Amino acid sequence: MNADPKTCPNVCVEVRDLRKSFNGEEVLKGVSLRVEPGVIFVIMGPSGSGKSVLLKHMAGLIKPDSGQILFQGESMETPDIRNKFRMAMVFQSGALLGSLTVGENVGLYLSEHQLKPPDEIARIVAEKLEAVGLAGEENRMPNDLSGGMQKRVAIARALVVDPQLILFDEPTSELDPLMAFTVGQEILKLKQRSQATAIVVTHDRNLAFGIADGMAMIADGQILFAGAPEEMRRSPDARVQEFIHKELPPLRRNGGA
Amino acid sequence: MFQNIGEVIILFWRTLAALPLAWRQRRKVFDQIFEIGNGSLLMVCILALFIGGVLALQTGPVLVERGLSFVLGGMVGISICKELAPVMMAILIAGRSGSAMSAEIGSMSVYEEIDALRTMNIDPVSYLVLPRMLAIAVALPALVTLAIPVGWFGGALVSASNQRIAVSYDAYLQNLRQVVEWGDVANGVFKSFVFALAIGIISCHQGLITRGGPRGIGRSVTKAVVNSIVMILILDYFLTRFLIYVQK
Repeated sequence: MNADPKTCPNVCVEVRDLRKSFNGEEVLKGVSLRVEPGVIFVIMGPSGSGKSVLLKHMAGLIKPDSGQILFQGESMETPDIRNKFRMAMVFQSGALLGSLTVGENVGLYLSEHQLKPPDEIARIVAEKLEAVGLAGEENRMPNDLSGGMQKRVAIARALVVDPQLILFDEPTSELDPLMAFTVGQEILKLKQRSQATAIVVTHDRNLAFGIADGMAMIADGQILFAGAPEEMRRSPDARVQEFIHKELPPLRRNGGA
Repeated sequence: MFQNIGEVIILFWRTLAALPLAWRQRRKVFDQIFEIGNGSLLMVCILALFIGGVLALQTGPVLVERGLSFVLGGMVGISICKELAPVMMAILIAGRSGSAMSAEIGSMSVYEEIDALRTMNIDPVSYLVLPRMLAIAVALPALVTLAIPVGWFGGALVSASNQRIAVSYDAYLQNLRQVVEWGDVANGVFKSFVFALAIGIISCHQGLITRGGPRGIGRSVTKAVVNSIVMILILDYFLTRFLIYVQK
C-alpha cells in the first residue's frame, strides 16, 4: 500500500460479496470483482441487470445490505474515506446543476471547498473545458447545450477533481453514434492524461470493446464474467455470448423480417 | 409519518450544525432573501391591506352598533400584529416560496444533481438547505414587519371610508397607539420567525426525499405546502400559549 493515498494517481477497487435489495427484490446478489489501478474497466449488462446500482455503491451513493467495497484495501465505510481518495462520477444525465453556468459547474468542487482563489479557478475551468473541446463555453447555461456537450462538461467537471477514480454511468446513452464516438475518445484521452482508474458502466458494445482494459458482465445481479476483453469474447457462458455477439435483424415495416 | 417527522428533526439538527459554514454561502443566502423577499413584496402588501380592511369591515359595524367604535383601532391593531399578519404571511410564503424550494430541490434529486454534489463531497445540507433556511428566517419576519403597518392602514382606510363604521383616522390611530405595544409587534415577528423555520425545513425535506420524475416533484410540492400550512396552524396555537405565559 502507498504511504499517502492522496499522492497515488489511481486506486485499486475491490468489491466483495455485495448484496442489495429494493422493496424485497434482490438487485445485487453477491457481486465480487477487482479493478486494478489505472485501467479502464467496463461493466456491461442488459438494462435492469444492476450495473448502475453497483456503480452507485462504488460512488458511496447507496449503502449495501451486506458486503464491502475497498479502495486500496480500505473499506468505504471508513470515516473520512472521501477525504483520503479523490473520486468523481459522470452521470448518465450529466447531472449538471441547472442553476449554474457551465463554468460554475466545472469549478464547483474547487469553489465550494475553497481550494483555489477565484482567478485560479477560472484558469483551471478554462483549461479543463478546452481539454474536452468546449473552450470559451463558460458562460452558457447547461440547458442551452446538446446532450453530448453536457456529457463533456460533466467530464470536465470530473477532471477538475483530479480524480484517482472516475466512474461513468452510461456515458453514451442518449447520444448519436458520432457523439458517442467522441465521448469514447474523451474517456481514452482521460486515461492518458490522468492515469486515473476508470470504471464505465454501459450496454454499448462498441464503446465497451473500444476502450476497455478489463471487463465484467453482469446479469440478474450476478457477475457472469470478469477478465480481459479478448477472454470475454471467448467466454463459454451462453448469456455472455448472446449479449456481445447477437446481431439483431433490421426492423421492417409490417413486422416482416 | 413518524419516520418523516424524525427525518425533519434530523435535517434541522444537521442544518444547525452547518451554521458555521453560513458565511461561505452568503451569496446564495442574499440571492434567496431577494427571491423570497422582493418577489413576495407586492403580494404581501396587497394581502395585508385587504386583511386589515376586511377585519375592520366585519367588526366595525358590530362595534359601532354597541357604541364601542372607539376600540376598533386597538382591536384591528392587535389582531393584525399578533395573529393575522404572521399567520397569513406565513401561509403566503409557504405557498409561494416553500413550494419553489421543494420543487427546485426535488428536481435536483430526481435529475441526480444532488448525487453529483455528494460525489464531489459537497454536503447538500450546507449547500442547499442552509442558505434557504437562513434566507426564509430573515425574509419572512421582515415581510411581517412590513405587513403589520400595511394591515393597520387597510383597517384605518375602511374604518374611515365606510359609512356604517365612520371612525376617523385620528380616532382609529389614537386607540391603536393606546392598545398596541412594541411587545405585541415583537410577538408577531417572533411567531413568523418560528413559522419560517418550519416552512423552510419541511419544504427542503420534501425536496430532498423526492423520487420518481415530474409526478414525484408535483407530489412533493403539494406535500410541502400542505404540511407547512398544517404545521403553521399547530405551531400558532402552541406559540400563542407560550407567549401568553411569557408575557404574564
